[in-house]
Amino acid sequence: MNNAITINIARFIILILLQVLVLNNINFLGYINPYIYILFIILYPIKNNRLLFIFLSFLLGLTIDLFLDSGGVHAAACVTIAYIRPVLLKFSFGTIYDYQTIKFNTTEFGQRFTYFSIIIFIHHLILFSLEIFNSSKIILILKKTLFSSIFTLILCLLITILFSRKNK
Amino acid sequence: MQQIINFILRNKTFLLFLLLLSTSLFLTFQSHSYHKSKLINSANFLTGGIYESVNNIGNYFNLKTENAILLEENNRLKSIVFNSKKDNLKEEYLDSTTFNSNYKLTAAQVYKNSYSATNNYLTINKGKRDSIKEDYGVITSKGIVGIIDNTSKKYARVMSVLNTNIRVNAQLKKTNHFGTLSWNGKSPEYVQLIDLPKQAPVTVGDTIITGGLSTIFPKGIPIGVISAFKIDDTENYFEIDIKLFNDMTNVGHVYIIENLDAEEISTLNNLDE
Repeated sequence: MNNAITINIARFIILILLQVLVLNNINFLGYINPYIYILFIILYPIKNNRLLFIFLSFLLGLTIDLFLDSGGVHAAACVTIAYIRPVLLKFSFGTIYDYQTIKFNTTEFGQRFTYFSIIIFIHHLILFSLEIFNSSKIILILKKTLFSSIFTLILCLLITILFSRKNK
Repeated sequence: MQQIINFILRNKTFLLFLLLLSTSLFLTFQSHSYHKSKLINSANFLTGGIYESVNNIGNYFNLKTENAILLEENNRLKSIVFNSKKDNLKEEYLDSTTFNSNYKLTAAQVYKNSYSATNNYLTINKGKRDSIKEDYGVITSKGIVGIIDNTSKKYARVMSVLNTNIRVNAQLKKTNHFGTLSWNGKSPEYVQLIDLPKQAPVTVGDTIITGGLSTIFPKGIPIGVISAFKIDDTENYFEIDIKLFNDMTNVGHVYIIENLDAEEISTLNNLDE
């Protein structure tokens, strides 16, 4: 248990620093940035204190907002995906979730892919809608959401594959 | 009473979610209006400090280009000094009391710059300690960068021209027709000039400079050249796309302009109200 707390604290700090210092300077094709800091929310243990989890997600988003001067958009998106995560878990993993015994490393790739892509897409959609906040620019919102989601998804999957080996 | 407490206990997750969501939405909406986004900003000791230490490393990679820019600027200033006919400019040494009478310039370094969002901000390494306050203009040797909108002890946050909230008074270089500079959030290379009267003689390639109507920027700071223009929906004004002189994706050293007469001018302007 203690080990899990340490891992999550380390993940929290490392992901924030990685996001604001490296990934936000990518600006691929001018505007496409991956937001992989939400891996913290995606990979947070299933058995958890939900209140603490939602609060931590808020804190994560707010810290990112602090660095990127974006008001509260990341915080809003993070809180939302943290709140709806159980529904998404149930949808993607089906019956295994009911026993609360999922280990992300051992799940099937297809199920993990669904889970990742839905959660990333929802996060990005809320993020860019709030950031641009202009219904006349809906095309721009969707364009940013789509391309950034793909970028984030690829990076997230790669990172989880890369770091899952030692746990086996 | 018991039922209320039971209700809260039963729905505590949902209530916490609502509370945090509304907090973040409040912060978001505040950041969409000019001069209200004070609570969450990168000009504080934590984020400023982290950006500072990383910037100390990253700096070395830009030294060559920064040198070239400085050399170019020096070259231009020297040619102005040597070619001017006025005697007082021929002195080798300029006393600070002679040129610091209207505007005071402070050099600063950019720690963080963004250009892919719709509301972009820069963080620079001068703050209240260096007597930098809100509403000071920020420029580079090539042109306009933004306006300071938030300061802490050691750092300040600059609202970039690439911010949909920014409004700067700007005019044509060859005539005195003026309009408002804004940004539509699309390309970091182009900004828009709106509210320029239809009577103005606009051609592609004309230079746009800052107008003297605001107390933030002195008149005549270069902004960019006209790349395209059209008449707007009301058919009375031009809508102009301006290609910036500044490469906003690569800003290293900047100058902060303090207008020493700003208070006097704004008191005069407020007399009517």
